[in-house]
Amino acid sequence: MLKSKTFLKKTRAGGVMKIVREHYLRDDIGCGAPGCAACGGAHEGPVLEPQPLDPASSLCPQPHYLLPDTNVLLHQIDVLEDPAIRNVIVLQTVLQEVRNRSAPVYKRIRDVTNNQEKHFYTFTNEHHRETYVEQQQGENSNDRNDRAIRVAAKWYNEHLKKMSAENQLQVIFITNDRKNKEKAIEEGIPAFTCEEYVKSLTANPELIDRLACLSDEGNEIESGKVIFSEHLPLSKLQQGIKSGTYLQGTFRASRENYLEATVWVHGDTEENKEIILQGLKNLNRAVHEDIVAVELLPKNQWVAPSSVVLHDEGQNEDDVEKEEERERILKTAVNEKMLKPTGRVVGIIKRNWRPYCGMLSKSDIKESRRHLFTPADKRIPRIRIETRQASTLEGRRIIVSIDGWPRNSRYPNGHFVKNLGEVGDKETETEVLLLEHDVPHQPFSQAVLSFLPKMPWSITEKDMKNREDLRHLCVCSVDPPGCTDIDDALHCRELENGDLEVGVHIADVSHFIRPGNALDQESARRGTTVYLCEKRIDMVPELLSSNLCSLRSNVDRLAFSCIWEMNHNAEILKTRFTKSVINSKASLTYAEAQMRIDSAAMNDSITTSLRGLNKLAKILKKRRIEKGALTLSSPEVRFHMDSETHDPIDLQTKELRETNSMVEEFMLLANISVAKKIHEEFSEHALLRKHPAPPPSNYEILVKAAKSKNLEIKTDTAKALADSLDRVDSPIFPYLNTLLRILATRCMMQAVYFCSGMDNDFHHYGLASPIYTHFTSPIRRYADIIVHRLLAVAIGADCTYPELTDKHKLADLCKNLNFRHKMAQYAQRASVAFHTQLFFKSKGIVSEEAYILFVRKNAIVVLIPKYGLEGTVFFEEKDKPKPRLIYDDEVPSLKIEDTVFHIFDKVKVRIMLDSSNLQHQKIRMLLVEPQIPGISVPTDTSNMDNSEPERKKKKLQK
Amino acid sequence: MAGLELLSDQGYRVDGRRARELRKIQARMGVFAQADGSAYIEQGNTKALAVVYGPHEIRGSRSRALPDRALVNCQYSSATFSTGERKRRPHGDRKSCEMGLQLRQAFEAAILTQLHPRSQIDIYVQVLQADGGIYAACVNVATLAVLDAGIPMRDFVCACSAGFVDGTALADLSHVEEAAGGPQLALALLPASGQIALLEMDARLHEDHLEQVLEAAAQAARDVHTVLDRVVRQHVQEASILLGD
Repeated sequence: MLKSKTFLKKTRAGGVMKIVREHYLRDDIGCGAPGCAACGGAHEGPVLEPQPLDPASSLCPQPHYLLPDTNVLLHQIDVLEDPAIRNVIVLQTVLQEVRNRSAPVYKRIRDVTNNQEKHFYTFTNEHHRETYVEQQQGENSNDRNDRAIRVAAKWYNEHLKKMSAENQLQVIFITNDRKNKEKAIEEGIPAFTCEEYVKSLTANPELIDRLACLSDEGNEIESGKVIFSEHLPLSKLQQGIKSGTYLQGTFRASRENYLEATVWVHGDTEENKEIILQGLKNLNRAVHEDIVAVELLPKNQWVAPSSVVLHDEGQNEDDVEKEEERERILKTAVNEKMLKPTGRVVGIIKRNWRPYCGMLSKSDIKESRRHLFTPADKRIPRIRIETRQASTLEGRRIIVSIDGWPRNSRYPNGHFVKNLGEVGDKETETEVLLLEHDVPHQPFSQAVLSFLPKMPWSITEKDMKNREDLRHLCVCSVDPPGCTDIDDALHCRELENGDLEVGVHIADVSHFIRPGNALDQESARRGTTVYLCEKRIDMVPELLSSNLCSLRSNVDRLAFSCIWEMNHNAEILKTRFTKSVINSKASLTYAEAQMRIDSAAMNDSITTSLRGLNKLAKILKKRRIEKGALTLSSPEVRFHMDSETHDPIDLQTKELRETNSMVEEFMLLANISVAKKIHEEFSEHALLRKHPAPPPSNYEILVKAAKSKNLEIKTDTAKALADSLDRVDSPIFPYLNTLLRILATRCMMQAVYFCSGMDNDFHHYGLASPIYTHFTSPIRRYADIIVHRLLAVAIGADCTYPELTDKHKLADLCKNLNFRHKMAQYAQRASVAFHTQLFFKSKGIVSEEAYILFVRKNAIVVLIPKYGLEGTVFFEEKDKPKPRLIYDDEVPSLKIEDTVFHIFDKVKVRIMLDSSNLQHQKIRMLLVEPQIPGISVPTDTSNMDNSEPERKKKKLQK
Repeated sequence: MAGLELLSDQGYRVDGRRARELRKIQARMGVFAQADGSAYIEQGNTKALAVVYGPHEIRGSRSRALPDRALVNCQYSSATFSTGERKRRPHGDRKSCEMGLQLRQAFEAAILTQLHPRSQIDIYVQVLQADGGIYAACVNVATLAVLDAGIPMRDFVCACSAGFVDGTALADLSHVEEAAGGPQLALALLPASGQIALLEMDARLHEDHLEQVLEAAAQAARDVHTVLDRVVRQHVQEASILLGD
């Protein structure tokens, strides 16, 4: 069975080394085609389809399999990923080459291979007795690999012929290399270029657009003029970086000015940390987030960052002269001190291209197939793509990938990947904001779903091992209305000795998600459930999130319980953790629970339990606030949705009831208890959450703002801050307290997950707790699942696994979770912003009262309490005469003409939707009161005559 | 450049073997005339030579003699040309001392030492080419040499290494796989009784996986036994034919 083949592998420079490796050739590797008698006994089951009929190709009408070469795989992965392309043989030679050349493509091809519907088969040709090829003398490894691929293709064709003569199965070799193709045809292998093949697919014309255009043909002929200087090869760059002539850094394009960018230099050197690049030629085809090598320019060519806003609007690509003119605008006279280190890009170390969302700007020429694509992110340059469906893609959000950026082209070349849908359409926009915030939102794959429990599911004997039966307890859950993923439930009862027993029961998600399987990996990748205004992107499949794990009423559910014994002063006498089975007696909303507590007529066991909890919660809260926990505020809004169209009809700021804080209080208590326990047990690798104290400078704005209202805010400790915030109470200005708390929230740092072995500061500033973690929401946060596992090991209810006790792996996980949480937050905010726009679109123009939150040099930031909406009122506009603005940083205040604005001043603003830029619609605010001639708009909304007639007309047309 | 993929999705290792497959083993006994017993083994590219002298009188200091059993003296050395880089290895460095001790431990468990009290058995092993699984090759070749010397033993001592990659146990690691730095287990087994003569592990391996890796190593050691048994029988057959003439 084993044929041993010893061969010389390679020699390495610097002390010649002879490496001898064994290479076994086998005769038991199957071809992957079903019904093949010769490989019937091969190990894996058949993967390819027996009669691959579609896609119908005019070039090869018989059923066939595809066999692409390395470059096709690398560049045309978008095509191969299309569901129309099936039955592809991926050779091991090809896969290894892809692996060495591009990790992302390698990952994608592996995903495709794992998808059973795609019928991709990996053939281990290098170890097959008949397809192994030895490198010949004078042949380089690329040529050898090409030959190996051809040999395998030839073998396949002969092999399939042997299998059955009548059904004429063929293997078609796909290569874009002309020489390779010629050789293949010479050897009798049917071969086509990718383009030829895709074009021959009569049933799927849309695939052509997904072809990546490669610069070697066509494009070069057209504009022979070289715009950019050549990128240096990597070896030269590395040499240069070592010797210090070049600097390595991350390229960050400017949002405001497409001709300017900065490079953050990696390393610890203080000087030259940030290098400015200006002008197209100096940017030299670098794209946002690429890792580049930069050369510093001589000091006499240094520039200052310009404050000009420049957007790339040119349609014609050959206007390089015009560009130069615009570049000259940047170089306005500046004083010497403003000059910053300036450089130019000499080479790209690593491209960080990803697919970009955006819109097509159709070419002026009607018949043209080349169009420019404008990404939503202003830091990404426009991309030239080739498509025939320009007219259908116009006005839609699309995704485009960059293929390359030749030296003679003003814009990078790319290809169309996907059509997301109509601009302004709710689903499209949601998709865009999910993509732009990198929120994984694809439906769960088959592999992931295969790890779900089979339905109908019931609790078995095995589940009851290490589990306590708490079904007799009177447990209930309290959640916001419409909540389907209930992850916590509570109970409280009086014990015989007069003390109280309080239990927090959390859904036992870790029972269903076992470490290391596909379901676990997917949840870890998603990190958190993302709540958008009308949509929820689940972290775990719906069967778990809304059914098996959700602690619904009157069904048996598995839970992880944290049970305290407390006296009536809410002092904890005993803490106990156990896995359990519960049966919730009621799932209440906050309002229902509040009603039960308040109404004297209700006296059933659920109500008494709630009253007990409420009483204890109040004591706990008081104690927590005494310790210096902060009560902060942020304007949160809820949309009332139309049940039919799902359009927002009304905005409402969230209401807080006593019961909200009751649930919150016990969740905090459970989290703290669990944090203590897991840290005690796993001092090196407990997953905790910390909230660092903000540096004093963060509070500056808050202190200054309070001073302007003759208030003193102390910020030495959290306690002092909380006290001074509580003392703020103005009878004439009741909203002031909330405003101050909103401001205080802005001063805070981000709370983050971390691994206890990698850090020594555990303090949670906002909650004034020395230690904290997340335990109570495992359905929607992955961190809680890890904490559950740690706790389960600590109490001996479950076994451990290697990754759990590896602090580096845990630290990596924390990094991902923190990133996902941040992104989820941004996505939520973006979703709220979008819905606010929809709301004001239907509502038209309204005037509302607002408070000034910040004062800036040329604008004020206001908050409209009614909508919880924050916006900026600009006082400088493009085509209007500039008003007299005097900004005072100390107070802070802004004087416009004769009116002075202070923080917290009450103003009246007009809100309207600005859709002049279709891709970036935004809410616009204009000042109504106090009136400043020439700046504010008239109070009366009905007769807007002179201020902005054009905009109004636009509105009416809609 | 991505690192080496030790186990492909299709279940093949770098050299084309499956996870539990051994490398090709070739062995010969009685390669030297002047020694009491000698053997040569090739396990893939790992090549080792062993010679056995004894049992004989204690050499050197008499005080080392044991009253109730024979002293097993094992020495390990490796040729300068055995690895990719040429390197002089002085006699008695840490690695060879440790290897000698481990060999001694395994063979004291297998040789019926109580039959030869106050005497000495010398086992010298030299590695000519190293390509992973050095300890295993040394044990296997020494077993053949001891058998060749006709020293009574309880059983063969068969050894094999095993590693752990991506949730799968790999048997008989090659140098490439060892160099990747994963956990690595060396097991010397008395196959008939299933007793373990020596077990050594490098790097960290989670408790839960130990059983799987141990099972892989044990199965591989039993496979080695089948091969060695065949070699011994063939050797004896050839010898008897020669004697018969």
